[in-house]
Amino acid sequence: MSIFYTFMFLPIISAIFIPLLYKYLNRLVHIGWFVSLVPLSIFIYLLQYIPDVAAGDTYKYTISWIPSLDMNIISYVDGLSLLFGLLITGVGTLVIIYSIFYMSKIREALHNFYIYLLMFMGAMLGLVFSDHLLVLYGFWELTSVSSFLLISYWYERKSSRQGALKALLITVLGGFGMLAGFIMMIMMTDTYSIREMIANLDVIQNHTLFIPAMLCVLLGAFTKSAQFPFGIWLPDAMEAPTPVSSYLHSATMVKAGIYLVARMTPVFGGNSVWFWLVAGIGIITLLYGSLTALRQTDLKAMLAYSTISQLGLIMCLLGIGSLAVYFGPGESGTVFTVATFAALFHLFNHSTFKGTLFMVVGIIDHETGRRDIRYLGGLMQVMPITFTIALIGGLSMAGLPPFNGFLSKEMFFAAVNDVSQAGIFGLSNIGIMFPIIAWVASIFTFVYCMIFVFKTFGGQYRPEKLTRKVHEAPWGMLFSPIILGLLVIFIFFFPNVLGKYILTPALTSILPMMPISSYDVKISAWHGLNMELVMTIGVIAIGILLFKTTKRWLQALRNHTQGLTLNHLYNEGLSGMERFSVSLTNRYMTGSLRHYLIYIFSFFVIVLLGSLLLFHGIQFDFASNSAISIFDVGLVLGMIIAALTVLFASNRIMAIVALGALGYMVSMFFVIFLAPDLALTQMVVETVTTVLFLLCFYHLPKLKKSIERIPFKLTNLIISIAMGLTVTLLGLSANGHKLFEPITSFFENAYELAGAKNIVNAILVDFRGFDTMLEISVLAIAGLGVYILVHQRSKRREQRETE
Amino acid sequence: METLMVILVGILISIGTYLILSKQLLRIVLGTSIVSHAVNLLLITSGGLKTGSAPLLGEKTAGFTDAIPQALILTAIVINFAVTALVLVLCYRAYQSFGTDDMEQLRGNEHE
Repeated sequence: MSIFYTFMFLPIISAIFIPLLYKYLNRLVHIGWFVSLVPLSIFIYLLQYIPDVAAGDTYKYTISWIPSLDMNIISYVDGLSLLFGLLITGVGTLVIIYSIFYMSKIREALHNFYIYLLMFMGAMLGLVFSDHLLVLYGFWELTSVSSFLLISYWYERKSSRQGALKALLITVLGGFGMLAGFIMMIMMTDTYSIREMIANLDVIQNHTLFIPAMLCVLLGAFTKSAQFPFGIWLPDAMEAPTPVSSYLHSATMVKAGIYLVARMTPVFGGNSVWFWLVAGIGIITLLYGSLTALRQTDLKAMLAYSTISQLGLIMCLLGIGSLAVYFGPGESGTVFTVATFAALFHLFNHSTFKGTLFMVVGIIDHETGRRDIRYLGGLMQVMPITFTIALIGGLSMAGLPPFNGFLSKEMFFAAVNDVSQAGIFGLSNIGIMFPIIAWVASIFTFVYCMIFVFKTFGGQYRPEKLTRKVHEAPWGMLFSPIILGLLVIFIFFFPNVLGKYILTPALTSILPMMPISSYDVKISAWHGLNMELVMTIGVIAIGILLFKTTKRWLQALRNHTQGLTLNHLYNEGLSGMERFSVSLTNRYMTGSLRHYLIYIFSFFVIVLLGSLLLFHGIQFDFASNSAISIFDVGLVLGMIIAALTVLFASNRIMAIVALGALGYMVSMFFVIFLAPDLALTQMVVETVTTVLFLLCFYHLPKLKKSIERIPFKLTNLIISIAMGLTVTLLGLSANGHKLFEPITSFFENAYELAGAKNIVNAILVDFRGFDTMLEISVLAIAGLGVYILVHQRSKRREQRETE
Repeated sequence: METLMVILVGILISIGTYLILSKQLLRIVLGTSIVSHAVNLLLITSGGLKTGSAPLLGEKTAGFTDAIPQALILTAIVINFAVTALVLVLCYRAYQSFGTDDMEQLRGNEHE
């Protein structure tokens, strides 16, 4: 096992030791300090790959797991996985340092928290480095499960449990879809490795399963990355502790879907369905998320919808970037390569500023006790450092210079402008929608960023509305957001450092077919006076105008869109499904024995009669029939009459006696059919049974000595006749077909082999003695049962009498 | 003869099924008894009827009738007897406990 896997599994291995640390060391020191070493060491380890990967090298590691099924843990370090690996461990380190100051050592169950967090981190690392599809799926579900555990960390709150359940239901739905898609891909290519699939693209692209596999994989990506309309779990996941929201629900887990789409672009990209789904859903999500974020008054909910919207932006860019696969090497291809680059750039930027903003909200919540924007205001004076960080993050998210969000937003505008002129896949007609929607959504984004920053920190300071005495946060808590905030500014001034060492290698993994020259994307803060800049100026102008007039329209927007939410639809759908299954079950599980017997008999008739008819099984052969004597006819008639008497008897004694007569006539048949032992047994058993019947029913209800006539029911009649008919047809068809000689002649050696002259008895006690032994057991068990039933009754009666 | 027996078995099964589908406990037990008679008759019919002599080696004859179905039926009769006895006592106890022999009233709690 190489050193690589030691680091990959470090989070999961160290999670095992957390309870031990918690038990013995938590009184001395916050165990988060130990935990923070884990992502830090992995981060440092991953840093050493940067020069080699930037030079175009990739690394492959394998551990054999189930080699006979070709299930091996194959990991692959290339630009894309390294970018994600660095984000996961880097942001992870900062989040854990932040959580040391956020999560109280005394009040919180820290061991649970850090075990879940490390589990998540390990799953996420495994996910991004996996090359084996099924292993990737395994880690994918592990992220869902650990996210579920983290959301419901405060499990005594109802809203936490509901949020966790919702997140699990939606992401696991997508996960199963993705698994189906993966299996289709494996079927098409006969390999588990993503790299081998990319190497054999023409097999997969000309296969009939191409589109279904694509849809299934996209379902997984869209649910995980909270795309429209699956994004509803993300705002509810805000019930988790803020470090978790910051880490999982802004920087890492929600980007797993983005990762998947980027990873699958070489396989599915260049197809119109892929383009329209990824870019179309992405831009709808962008608009939906930014509009809904405006309606929120809770800061975390606002950030959640803003995350949804930004993920939509990245997804849209990836969709536009997939056109590069369509055009291939050439000028048009290069234009869309830039879009993919922009997606990666914004992915990185979003992780920095959204992580910052979540930590800021955590600080506000921690210091004021409030998260609702209506109670906050004027915190600028009391929390100047927090305000500065929030301003950096907020303006970066709004897309203003001198922050990194500005650069990626400019590139986004450039990409949507390019796509509106691409002229393929029907873009010449409605391609113009892309820049329009993007522009409108950017205005909304600008407005909610302004609301976020200035409604919280600007305006009137009202200490009476806050539950705690407000002061600046401790330095430990400010450390992580400051680092991220500095990164936001650093990337603005030196974007090409990041671009050259991290993003370009990632670009080569997403679009491996493009020539090297097209990867050379230069980002510059000032790119001349062009369409993008005009659009940005328009966003700022209209955005400021809207922000100044929020009083006039914001409340109206909140009121008018109450019932129109997707949540409403989800809740109705879920409870509707429950109601439907309850009513369905109640409809057929009636509790009535008769109904269940009707199901059983109908099934019997339909299957047997149906297969008899279907396979032409009804063939009669009367040749081997023996002769009929007058006795036989008389007995048959007698039996029918006796059975009908049982059926129509209105007197209990009469029914029992008729049943006895039936039994005796059966024993007469046994006499005729040369079965003396059977005749004897039947006679005796029938006598005892009749006596039992009489004995039992003598004690039955005095008022009901006579039973009412059997009521006529057409259903019962049809089913009974069908049953009789089925058995008759089966019996007749089977009788006509003797496929081979019976083995009876062997048992005629009873005297030589067993020393018996009665063949039937020899079979019972010698040849097939086991049957008899167990039959005796049946009799013994029945006897014990009867005894216990009778005895227990008398015991209870005694109790009743003593009372 | 075999054809006649199979038809008889079919009629008995029809009557037994109709009884089993009724709602009185007694009729259900009667129905199962009739069905078990029918099945026994079907078993012996399947071995072929009236060929050779009774399966006793003392007989001086060319062939014997099939002994295997007879052994099987013998086992079946005894088991059926045991089950019938148990079911009868169970019916009796059910009546004692619940005061009814109507299956529609013996449904148990609706909200279980």
